[in-house]
Amino acid sequence: MVETVFEPWADPNADPLISFKNVTKRFGDFVAIDDLTLDIFEREFFALLGPSGCGKTTMMRMLAGFENPTSGSMSLSGHDIAGIPPNKRAVNMMFQSYALFPHLSVWENIAFGLRRDGVARDVLHARVEEMLKLTRLEKFGRRKPHQISGGQRQRVALARSLAKAPKLLLLDEPLGALDKKLRQETQFELMDIQEQTGTTFVIVTHDQEEAMTVASRVAVMDEGRIIQVATPEKIYEAPNSVYVADFIGDVNILTGPIKAVGADTYSLDFGGTEPMTAASDRTFAEGVTAHLAIRPEKIGIHAERPEGPNSVQGKVLDIAYLGNLSTYHVQLPNGQIIKAQTANTRRVSRRAFTWEDPVWVSWSATAGVLLDR
Amino acid sequence: MRRFVLISVPYLWLLTLFLIPFVIVFKIALSDAALAIPPYMPTMKDGLSAMFSQLDFENFVFLTEDDLYWKAYLSSLKIAFISTVLTLLLGYPIAYAMARAPHEWRATLMMLIILPFWTSFLIRVYAWVGILSTEGLLNRFLFWIGAIREPLMILNTSTAVYIGIVYTYIPFMILPIYAALERLDASLIEAAEDLGCSRMKAFWLITIPLSKGGIIAGCFLVFIPALGEFVIPSLLGGSGTLMIGKVLFEEFFSNRDWPVASAVAVILLIILIIPIILFQRNEQRQQEAEG
Repeated sequence: MVETVFEPWADPNADPLISFKNVTKRFGDFVAIDDLTLDIFEREFFALLGPSGCGKTTMMRMLAGFENPTSGSMSLSGHDIAGIPPNKRAVNMMFQSYALFPHLSVWENIAFGLRRDGVARDVLHARVEEMLKLTRLEKFGRRKPHQISGGQRQRVALARSLAKAPKLLLLDEPLGALDKKLRQETQFELMDIQEQTGTTFVIVTHDQEEAMTVASRVAVMDEGRIIQVATPEKIYEAPNSVYVADFIGDVNILTGPIKAVGADTYSLDFGGTEPMTAASDRTFAEGVTAHLAIRPEKIGIHAERPEGPNSVQGKVLDIAYLGNLSTYHVQLPNGQIIKAQTANTRRVSRRAFTWEDPVWVSWSATAGVLLDR
Repeated sequence: MRRFVLISVPYLWLLTLFLIPFVIVFKIALSDAALAIPPYMPTMKDGLSAMFSQLDFENFVFLTEDDLYWKAYLSSLKIAFISTVLTLLLGYPIAYAMARAPHEWRATLMMLIILPFWTSFLIRVYAWVGILSTEGLLNRFLFWIGAIREPLMILNTSTAVYIGIVYTYIPFMILPIYAALERLDASLIEAAEDLGCSRMKAFWLITIPLSKGGIIAGCFLVFIPALGEFVIPSLLGGSGTLMIGKVLFEEFFSNRDWPVASAVAVILLIILIIPIILFQRNEQRQQEAEG
């Protein structure tokens, strides 16, 4: 059986579920969203990722109907939704604080939205039970929100926002209040539920790991703008700017003027003993300043100078032992620090390098990404 | 030992400042009026056994025979109830507006609510005489704008009593409701709207139930003192307004009938204990709910 890859964004004929066109939102002098254009497709799990104050929450609140864009247009399934109040939109939101109604039981919380729609009694009953089952809360229906744990409250909030079967579910930092272990479990649960219900999810988060785990596409935002929208792999392996490379995961950045040395190959003089070679399918002008971004796990660390083009000598400054990985901070003669990561694949082994050891770090020409900004 | 001392403090307080005075008042209520100092008999001077043998429930029986008393009780209940409802209707929107006001304004608004307490209660009630009388500020203002030709007779009616009670006790309604509304998480209202409620519906289904504790506390804080209110009906209500506080005062000071006055007070206390118990139960239940 051939599984078709889910990537409607690559299909020029696909109709987006949500479409932002040149949307700007100002609060007084402050520009929260700056001329933003974006399409989100049906059944996507879309993550808005960025530091606090980057405008991701504003975008979500505009989708929910709590804010209206200052200019530009927003549409849901092809209909303009600007000015439509939140209670008239087929969009539901899961709040960061969960916003469970403290005076209602778990059951009544989940039924709240259905009751407002005047759903028939038996349909309502069946739907609430279905939601309780989906979120594994069957036993807690009669409890009040303050009588259940944080993780259970999170699931009630999810069940409540899914009960009306919205076209679009917005999740505002849905796992922010959970501890790390529970958060990781819940991430997979969220993905399962998203797949089961087929609802389009838009998640807002500042946790890059969370965004990478759950999302089909990630939008990295900064100061009201989207810097890059791509799948998690693309965001990680082919960031379009130093900002994205730096925001997602760990990265080494070497900066300096470049010149072409062959087809799609450039040499970059970062001020070390010799220039580095980097492959890039993008074209750069001769002599411009460029940045080479290399992930630590793509850098090897050796005692002797290895074969191959990109090798630099330095000395070990610091070692961070993370259990599964070790990160070596290697200082180059020009003072720059390169982070190199090795997997600790064997349980009992003597560490090959220690502090102050002279070592060689090296990477292949295709290991890094050349960026112009 | 320390625990015992700690617990005994409130009980000692209650014993010396409530229970002992109450026993004395109750004893006077069971005595007979007399031309003496103090104006009742028997007293301790007659010896303890003689004193106890002469006590009876005569005064309580008297209260049931003269319909002045139960009419005064009923009228007080009615006035206290209506004033409480009026205070709630006026106080809730004020508390709501305060809770919704920008953060930096709230301290000032709170100050404005508390500020009247800095002037004597008696003076503030007297001031209403100047406002409400036929020659008063209100009538002169209404004449001046041409709204009336005949002066409105407000002073010495029950309307004036309602105005006085609502004015005096509204801070006690506003403060607990404000406290409840201020704690209310704004995202709950947004969640209700998100799930399909209009603004009005969200207010009715979320804001009102979640401020219920404050509403009940405010109502009791107004109802209980309003029931025994004496100053406001005697200054603003004139002779036409019957309230038990006024009856009590007249029995005590004009008739010098301490035993009947004490009996009136004992009954008033019993009537008040019911809402006080209800109030405490509400507080307790709320604490449990928040637990």
